[in-house]
Amino acid sequence: MDMKANKKKLGLKEKYAHMTRGLDWETTYQPMDKVFPQATFEGIKIHDWEKWEDPFRLTMDAYWKYQAEKERKLYAVLDAFAQNNGHLGITDARYLNAVKLFLTGISPLEYVAHRGFAAAGRNFPGVGPRVACLMQSIDEIRHAQTQIHALSNYNKFYEGFHAGAAHQIERIWYLSVPKSFFDDAFSAGPFEWMIAIGFSFEYVLTNLLFVPFMSGAAYNGDMATVTFGFSAQSDEARHMTLGLECIKFMLEQDPDNLPIVQKWIDKWAWRGIRVLTLVGMMMDYMLPKRVMSWKEAWEIYFEQNGGALFNDLAKYGIKVPDCITQCTVDKEHISHQAWCTFYQYAHASAFHTWLPNAEEMDWLSAKYPNTFDKYYRPRYEQWREMADKGERFYNNTLPMLCQVCQIPMVFTEPDDPTKICYRESDYQGEKYHTCSDGCKHIFDDEPEKYIQAWLPVHQIYMGNCWPEGTDPTAEGFDPMAKVLEWYHIENGKDNLDYEGSGDQANFAAWRGAATQNT
Amino acid sequence: MAVKALSEYNFPAADTQDKFHGNQLLYVGWDDHLMFCAPFAYCLPPSTPFSELVEKHLPHSFGPHPDWAKVDVARIVWLKSGKPFVPDFNKTLAEQGLRHKDVLRMQTPGLNGNGTCS
Repeated sequence: MDMKANKKKLGLKEKYAHMTRGLDWETTYQPMDKVFPQATFEGIKIHDWEKWEDPFRLTMDAYWKYQAEKERKLYAVLDAFAQNNGHLGITDARYLNAVKLFLTGISPLEYVAHRGFAAAGRNFPGVGPRVACLMQSIDEIRHAQTQIHALSNYNKFYEGFHAGAAHQIERIWYLSVPKSFFDDAFSAGPFEWMIAIGFSFEYVLTNLLFVPFMSGAAYNGDMATVTFGFSAQSDEARHMTLGLECIKFMLEQDPDNLPIVQKWIDKWAWRGIRVLTLVGMMMDYMLPKRVMSWKEAWEIYFEQNGGALFNDLAKYGIKVPDCITQCTVDKEHISHQAWCTFYQYAHASAFHTWLPNAEEMDWLSAKYPNTFDKYYRPRYEQWREMADKGERFYNNTLPMLCQVCQIPMVFTEPDDPTKICYRESDYQGEKYHTCSDGCKHIFDDEPEKYIQAWLPVHQIYMGNCWPEGTDPTAEGFDPMAKVLEWYHIENGKDNLDYEGSGDQANFAAWRGAATQNT
Repeated sequence: MAVKALSEYNFPAADTQDKFHGNQLLYVGWDDHLMFCAPFAYCLPPSTPFSELVEKHLPHSFGPHPDWAKVDVARIVWLKSGKPFVPDFNKTLAEQGLRHKDVLRMQTPGLNGNGTCS
């Protein structure tokens, strides 16, 4: 008997439809708005979730297949790197301080992104974004894992990796900057989350984070980091598309969504740019072999690429955020201001710092002709002079922080790079200080939210940053030593200058053993 | 504008004065001396005399700068929240109306890190 066989395989489009649509049901004993309580409170109006277009049309089976292939390659490279002492092939162990900052500051964000996208997927009533958020959520936890695995090899040999990605993000003063960014996003509704992370972080800013950093890793011989970077890159392309699709979808669904979306774009562009101060510093100061300056990266990846994006969004009525005027001024300053901050608080940081040498200062002068020699070179020369006299400058008092971005108040007035920018707001009889018009604007828009900020300096003064059982009234009590203990920073090992560090001595000895007979 | 939230959104401020064990926060910055990357945060009893702030706490923080030795404290120009402020050195922080989280700026005309503001 002849059986009529159906077409053997479904087309991609059909398969996508079968595997992603019609999988849910209409509830009977609970109204749908109770099942999806977060769908409307932000004010975003969605009339037809079916209009959501997923440009990738990725199905779960294909997802597993692609990711498994990538994992196999990644772990093969990591094994080879470890077995061949790949860590001795990097330009200089100074470079690893950028990696430490990445591991403690960025990898934990991948994990929070995993949780955030899982929550967004749960809270969107539409199946299209639910599926896309699910996959992104899995991507993000993979990124956290692969980064931790890739970098764990360095922990066998170098200081500052031992507390890893999990512990310090909750505690260390400068890590509260990226942490508070994600806390702010995660404590908003699902639509704001999509603008904050899906759009601003993944679309507008991710190139500034990944491309220069991964090129920096390649330039400095760090194959482990390059490999996880490549593994993540194809996911990032999908994430960027999701962020952009989400923004277009909101704007196409209802004209009332425009002002809300614009407000979020303005807010999250500024929040993201402030976090990227740390990346600017990595690029200009922490890579022994430099790729490009922060200013150049900003011009290529934000001004040019971002400009094209905003041109594309102009047809929906979206305007370039106001803060960009300030950013055009800031691009010549922030990396220097950040490195000056870490240099003087190096005793409280989980990585080493150093003064730029003569060749590096000349490079900075060439890259920053308008600002470096005028404002920053004299500072480094003064510190060099002090250090040569045996009076290496360590700042001995805690700094004032911005209530919103939580960065110490190091930024200068837009029209005067010699004056610290002070902004303040009064709310319910209490004063709140911010570092810029951008942060003040964000504070004033939602003061109820930012008055709850966990500001590391204030928490230290409240006595909340010591190991359990510490008695601050005990004789000889040293508050800063206790704070370092609570941070899991090993004083004298993980912190202070690179010059004279264990990392420096070990790297020289090991590399020497590989190239010499003594 | 208020936070948009699922239910009533009303949470206490994290840094009110009652959490600082009888102290208050006071921020002090020194204009034109960016060697100190940011203004300082001090946690002091409201009963601290202003003279103690100037003679003990500020020298501890700002002392490493070569300009500090040249500062005549009586001639410092003070700003509070950006507006002129004339402190009485004999009064305490509380007595001169310095409240929790107030910010002071010092200006020392003629001293600016040898013209570099560093």
